[in-house]
Amino acid sequence: MDVRVKDIRKEFSHLPALENLSLDIRSGELIALLGPSGSGKTTLLRLIAGLESPTRGTIYFGEEDASSKTVQERNIGFVFQHYALFRHMTVLDNVAFGLTIRPSGTRPPKAEIRRRALDLLDLVQLSGLEKRYPAQLSGGQRQRVALARAMAVEPNVLLLDEPFGALDAQVRKELRRWLREIHDRTGHTTVFVTHDQDEALELADRVVVMSKGRIEQVGTPDEIYDAPNSPFVFGFIGESNCLPVRVESGQIWLEDRLIGLSAPGEADGSARLFFRPHDIELVDGCGGCLAGIVVQSRRVAGTRHVEIEIGAGRARVEIEVPPQKAIGEASRLAFRPTRFKLFRD
Amino acid sequence: MALTSARGWQFRQPSVLPGFGLALGVTLLWLTLIVLIPLSGLAWRSSALGWQTFWSLATDPRTLHALWISFGCAFLAALVNVVFGVMLAWVLVRYRFPGRRVIDAMVDLPFALPTAVAGIALTTLYAPNGWIGAVLAPLGIKIAFTPAGIVVALIFVGLPFVVRTVQPIMEEIDREVEEAAATLGANRFQTVSRILLPDLLPAVLTGFALALARGVGEYGSVIFIAGNLPYVSEIAPLLIVIRLEEFNYPAATAIAALMLMVSFAMLLVINLIQAWSRRRYGYGA
Amino acid sequence: MAHEATLPATLAASSRPVRSATTESHLARLTLIAVSLLFVALFILAPLVLVFAEALRNGTGEFLAALTDSDTLSSIRLTLLVAAISVPLNVVFGIAASWAIAKFEFKGKAFLTTLIDLPFSVSPVVSGLIFVLLFSSHSLLGPWLQSHGIKILFAVPGIVLATVFITFPFVARELIPLMQEQGTADEEAALSLGASGWQTFWYVTLPNIRWGLLYGVLLCNARAMGEFGAVSVVSGHIRGVTNTMPLQVEILYNEYSFVAAFAVAALLALLALVTLVVKSLLEFRYSAQIAASRRH
Repeated sequence: MDVRVKDIRKEFSHLPALENLSLDIRSGELIALLGPSGSGKTTLLRLIAGLESPTRGTIYFGEEDASSKTVQERNIGFVFQHYALFRHMTVLDNVAFGLTIRPSGTRPPKAEIRRRALDLLDLVQLSGLEKRYPAQLSGGQRQRVALARAMAVEPNVLLLDEPFGALDAQVRKELRRWLREIHDRTGHTTVFVTHDQDEALELADRVVVMSKGRIEQVGTPDEIYDAPNSPFVFGFIGESNCLPVRVESGQIWLEDRLIGLSAPGEADGSARLFFRPHDIELVDGCGGCLAGIVVQSRRVAGTRHVEIEIGAGRARVEIEVPPQKAIGEASRLAFRPTRFKLFRD
Repeated sequence: MALTSARGWQFRQPSVLPGFGLALGVTLLWLTLIVLIPLSGLAWRSSALGWQTFWSLATDPRTLHALWISFGCAFLAALVNVVFGVMLAWVLVRYRFPGRRVIDAMVDLPFALPTAVAGIALTTLYAPNGWIGAVLAPLGIKIAFTPAGIVVALIFVGLPFVVRTVQPIMEEIDREVEEAAATLGANRFQTVSRILLPDLLPAVLTGFALALARGVGEYGSVIFIAGNLPYVSEIAPLLIVIRLEEFNYPAATAIAALMLMVSFAMLLVINLIQAWSRRRYGYGA
Repeated sequence: MAHEATLPATLAASSRPVRSATTESHLARLTLIAVSLLFVALFILAPLVLVFAEALRNGTGEFLAALTDSDTLSSIRLTLLVAAISVPLNVVFGIAASWAIAKFEFKGKAFLTTLIDLPFSVSPVVSGLIFVLLFSSHSLLGPWLQSHGIKILFAVPGIVLATVFITFPFVARELIPLMQEQGTADEEAALSLGASGWQTFWYVTLPNIRWGLLYGVLLCNARAMGEFGAVSVVSGHIRGVTNTMPLQVEILYNEYSFVAAFAVAALLALLALVTLVVKSLLEFRYSAQIAASRRH
């Protein structure tokens, strides 16, 4: 089912947490809400779930206005950061809970509930553990139970709040791939919240980057990484460098030098130049390039990270060069960004 | 050091902190003098009675009635305290209302108020001409000087045990668990009855057992309100006192030994509940 | 008016906020609060209020007269004496026990902890009885004590012994969880800086546990002054000699001197109230330090 969020505003004791935010989530899509803490991503998720009610605005499930429906009526699946499993129930009872509490008219027969719960446990690869209690499971296993439990009610939309936040790095990576597989197999419309950009970029069909209660950019992982549309997104996603520059008749200047980059059609004035450390080429000599003194050079896995101080303002940038290139500290290095983006102040 | 750690069995793990010997010595000495010797005196005296004497004293009808009354009234009072204690704990943990802090503090009053004071106050309150007794009397309800009075006194005495056992566990309930139930379609009643209360079960059972154990042995607050009619409203601790006053030491010893066994059994039950709770629920109530 | 009519539909729709998923309806909440308050009022507050009301029923004159009666005065003195002996004894024991149990790992620790808690689960009357069995003229020790002119039963030593037994676990119980939570790092740091064992205890451990200790002393003292059952069994009820305040309350009440009985009771209730107030203040100000031992 597609979910539309329209002009939502949410205030907590008169402080806005979300401001006039709209978002269309397409049916069957796996979408990530990505942002630093305090960006409002969890609030948005909880608003869709009905765990919070908006100060203003509407949420549509399909064509239907869901805003005034209670969380119980919305039929969503929610996976909590700390799993929120019912610790007095076995794994099987946890998964079956959503079905067993239905009113007798819509409740499937006992055997059917059991069969469906077992099927789901099979899907999340926990067959054989149905008689365990949550206290007897590992973190990753608990997370899978939580997911199976949320899927048991055949939700309109599956909502996951930092689903891997409480797990250690190794398990995290495994579960990430596994969640993608589950999604591809079941086709639930899925929204998950994360502050981990690797997770968002690797897993999601589309990524929603949020900051300070607003949506900064919505796009595929490629679009978000390759074409950030704001300084925030450029700075938040991946590694980036930022230099204060000036545009004069289509040419870019750093202090009193031309840096060999042109910006045709840009109006004159100051701007900020963004580029990624690996989107550069080293140049010999310098007739129109960025050049500076090497402050530090570190070998990181397959590349060498070099930190350089540029110009009188001593602006620091970091670039990546091939590891075999010998670079002494205090030596001079010249380069030119191959891809960059200008943002006007 | 190397020598001791080379051995498989070790009394204590090495530590750089001093004073273990002194502290443990003082503890064991004091424990032995004050608790262990007197208690083993009781065990010794009751075993000296011989099995047959002990059995005939223990199965004396008046003794059995007294034990039954102590146990039955304590059981009823603990049940009442479970219902209202859990409700009170919920109200104190979840709701904000004027006077909440005062009420929270007053829950401990039965711990702090001497039992004799509670006894005469409850008696005066529930006597037919007392503030509450006068209201109940026209309805034909007699509390003071009946077994019902015993239950009232034991409710007073046992309430904090239930509240203070359940309250900390309730405070730690994760809101996410309630939200999870709601997202799965549970209405509030289902969430409370199927998720929250079962989750509190070990704590509630522990509180019940503590209140029961205290109630069975309670003396001061009960004797004023009970009426103390043999076979009707005479509690076991009172019967011990009566036997002592008659210089019937064997009978007093036998009843005391029985009560001590009940105490140990309760202690065992409470420990079993906690062990079960830790295994199953991941917390010890 | 015109404004309200043009409210956007979306605003109108969400003006009925969806009720939070984690609370009850207003009505349920009010009912629960009302029932709970009624319960507390009937079973806890009413007895407390009644004690003071009865004590002052014939005015403060009679109240004060009741308190200055010579038997009553001597019962107050005895109660203070008993508390003054038994509380410090249990403080020393409590600190020693919690030092051994909380700061060290040794075999049988759990069992030792259970033994310390034992007096809590023994009926007060049984607690008194065990000392009667130990020291009465029928006992092993009795004749020997008698021949040496040592009187324990029906005298102050017996009352002190019974009180120490009853209040035995209070201080240790408050301190053990607290000291366990604090661990041994602070003490190890002090030792590594060259402090002696006593210095470490005095300058590091004691300041860390002082509020928990005060809390334990408070509870211990309230119980020591208020104990009835155990003391009643060993005291012999000799007027003006072996009657503590709670026993004096009983005697006065059984003699139908209700105002006098409630006057002494009011004094004890006042002690309970002071205990509760200080306890609440401590919990409020030093909640972190006391939370560990919140459970009784």
